[in-house]
Amino acid sequence: MDIQITEQIIIMLAALVLLTAFAMLVQRKIYGLISLFMWQGIFLALTTAFVGYIAHRYHLYISAVLTLLLKVILLPYILRMLIIKLKISREVESVVNVTSTMLIGIALVIFSYQLTAPIRQNSAFVAQSIIAIALATVMIGLLMMITRRNAVTQIIGFLAMENGLFFAAISATYGMPLVVELGVAIDILIAAFVFGIFSLHINTTFDSLDVDKMAQLKEDY
Amino acid sequence: MTFYPLDLAAIGLGIIFFLVIFAFIFNKKEKFILNFSFSVMTLVGLLAVVAGIWVVYDASAYIMIFNLGLPELPFHFRLDPLSGFFLATIGLLVLYISIYSLGYVRAFLGHKSIARFIIFYCLFIAGMFMVVLADDALFFLIAWELMAVASYFLVIYEDEKVDSKKAALLYLVMAHIGAISILLSFGVLAGAVGGDMGFGSYTFDAMRSANFPAAWAGVAFFLAFFGFSIKAGVIPVHVWLPEAHPVAPSNISALMSGVMLKTAMYGIIRIAFDIIGVFPWWWGAIVLAFGLLSAVFGVLNALMQNDLKKLLAYSSIENIGIILIGIGLSMMFTSFNMPVIAALALTAACYHILNHAMFKGLLFMGAGAILQTTNEQNMEKMGGLIHLMPWTAFLFLVGCVSISALPPFNGFASEWLTFQAFLLSPVVPTPIVKLIMPIGAVLLALTSALAAATFVKAFGVTFLGRWRGKVVPKNREVGWSMRIGMILAAFTCFLLGVLPTFVINMLGNVSNQLVSASINTNMDKYNWLWVTPIVAQRASYSGTIFFVSIALIILATFFIFRLKRGAVTRCNVWDCGFGGLTPRMQYSATSFAMPLRRIFGGVFSISEHVRLKYRLRVNDRFVNIIYKPIVRLSYFISRQVGRLQQGRINEYLIYSFVTIIILLTFLK
Repeated sequence: MDIQITEQIIIMLAALVLLTAFAMLVQRKIYGLISLFMWQGIFLALTTAFVGYIAHRYHLYISAVLTLLLKVILLPYILRMLIIKLKISREVESVVNVTSTMLIGIALVIFSYQLTAPIRQNSAFVAQSIIAIALATVMIGLLMMITRRNAVTQIIGFLAMENGLFFAAISATYGMPLVVELGVAIDILIAAFVFGIFSLHINTTFDSLDVDKMAQLKEDY
Repeated sequence: MTFYPLDLAAIGLGIIFFLVIFAFIFNKKEKFILNFSFSVMTLVGLLAVVAGIWVVYDASAYIMIFNLGLPELPFHFRLDPLSGFFLATIGLLVLYISIYSLGYVRAFLGHKSIARFIIFYCLFIAGMFMVVLADDALFFLIAWELMAVASYFLVIYEDEKVDSKKAALLYLVMAHIGAISILLSFGVLAGAVGGDMGFGSYTFDAMRSANFPAAWAGVAFFLAFFGFSIKAGVIPVHVWLPEAHPVAPSNISALMSGVMLKTAMYGIIRIAFDIIGVFPWWWGAIVLAFGLLSAVFGVLNALMQNDLKKLLAYSSIENIGIILIGIGLSMMFTSFNMPVIAALALTAACYHILNHAMFKGLLFMGAGAILQTTNEQNMEKMGGLIHLMPWTAFLFLVGCVSISALPPFNGFASEWLTFQAFLLSPVVPTPIVKLIMPIGAVLLALTSALAAATFVKAFGVTFLGRWRGKVVPKNREVGWSMRIGMILAAFTCFLLGVLPTFVINMLGNVSNQLVSASINTNMDKYNWLWVTPIVAQRASYSGTIFFVSIALIILATFFIFRLKRGAVTRCNVWDCGFGGLTPRMQYSATSFAMPLRRIFGGVFSISEHVRLKYRLRVNDRFVNIIYKPIVRLSYFISRQVGRLQQGRINEYLIYSFVTIIILLTFLK
């Protein structure tokens, strides 16, 4: 394949990753959120594979397959199970102030571009704007955790943040060594399990998954 | 002796001052001076248009020195393409408004002094002409003050109204704050010229040739920008405008909104491009930011108004915003040394100045016609006027379509050019500018859409439906002179929209003078049909073809559906089986704006009062003085500390988020 076309494909995939991040920011239905997360995973895996192709780093293919297995199949499966256990599959979360959340998201994207400008100039990587998109994805994930109240949604926000970090790693340095990546992947898996168990406990204790309810734990002054 | 355009303008000014004296002498023969003065003012308007267009085509500058004023500093006149363009715009509106006034002012006969109106009307127009002709700081400020004071007396003309007095006072105070700021700006510029020129440094010629230190130039520009912004009604110094426009007589509102605000735009363009000439890009960015602010907030406020003239006043703020966007973009592109795109933005701004003068003049004339027929300014009490005054309704609709920037009328052509300038912004070398500019384009798009909503409301509530007031007005359509004034303005709106290439070609000389580039307009055989700002592959627009196709579609629809026998049946309005509908049950102006009031609720300060309450409490004074404050203070401090620890996960996340952002910003 032509280098230039591959480059264009990578840029487009990066744009799609950012798009899914924005979509997740305002998606209210929990199933929709999980499928958006899945799509993000797919785009991520594809980008990884293409970057591997263009940079001739073939261990990135393994990363891509790993991403596909973990983020497209396994994690969504765990999350779905969790939702079924918690009986919240039909819940629609109220998202406050969609407009301003989106505007903050846009501001974050601009901020990331501005921030990464010096790095992008020095980077030899073909598609330099990916670094900015990766940083923006991380921040949007964090923003999602801030704006949401449901514990499960917060888990997804955290996972989206991790997607952004992974993306940054690929784009800035052609991926971390395979050992590190494997470690991170397992970490994520375990984190998902721990989160799941915690959510179950939160649900039994407070009879709700709203993290605002946890403010009750605080003593009144 | 050869005859120059400037002589024409000077003759026009002479006629105006003659009229002032004439009206002063014959102030008892009211009917005569009314007809005479406004007829002659029509001629003066025509003279100004001819002089303006002449000099714009000629593309050269004419200078004249008139020995009046200070001994060291006589009045300098100068007519170049920029002032010629403004002269023509003012003259054109004066021409239409004077025809309109022949009928409109007649309503004041008998109970108000006509001579007073005419004297200030003439002085006001003379002031505007002189502002654009002035070529030294002193003469400019004298003209500026003449314009401000004369318009003050016109705003207060119906002085029996309390509102008029309040609004006029506010206007006068604001106008003078602005004038002081402009005066200071000229002072700074003249001081920076330096040398032993004495009073000579106050001429614009001396300022043009001087090299200003960057800091002083900045001070001068922003002082002038502040002063002119007050006159133009740029948000947040706009407060006088929505007060003064509704209380002034409608022909005066039309002039104030249509052309007086534009003299401020003239001042900004003159000082930035002509006198200072070299500036950093962020000046343009600030002008652009205020333009966007005015455009968005102006249109949002316009949408909320129920007073027809107040709605138009806020819409003027919006349009001033759009013009400032053009000027700001042009300044930015100029400082990045991209003359062609700068010319595009400047042309868009100038084109919009001309267009806004036409359609806002038309709309205010329409509002005046409504006011005279119904004695009503509140839209909540109007309705169904299309049956009473079909001419006004149609002409007002033309104004609404133009101002909503719908093709093929003129508003579209200039806003389209502004958008083109915005869409070319990615060529700017500074990355942060490149990233923020699209947001500006989005805001401009939002403004256009909201403007359309505003004028759907203005037209729909006023002319459609049924009369909402108690007594249906007995008067019918207004007289012919008023109608002709409006028809001419509406026709100009149409021509400016259908034949944009000619206007742009003319404006090319203005942009050549200021940014030494122009949009190339190809006036060959068929190419005059198409406006192509940069290259045809990118974007082009043809008002003529658009108009022809729209007209064909409408005609075809008409023939197919309306000419069929029995295609239209008239029957009673369906009342949902409820029975007994009254006009008060109609969709009203307030209810039309409600969805948008909800969406943009945060923008306004809305207060809804339902009822009053009486409360009585008697407290111990010592407790209040000594103990309460201490208690309150300690509570206050502990609450502030406690606020950090609310126990909400989301807030803790915000802390880390903000920390990350701050660290990234400052420690990169």
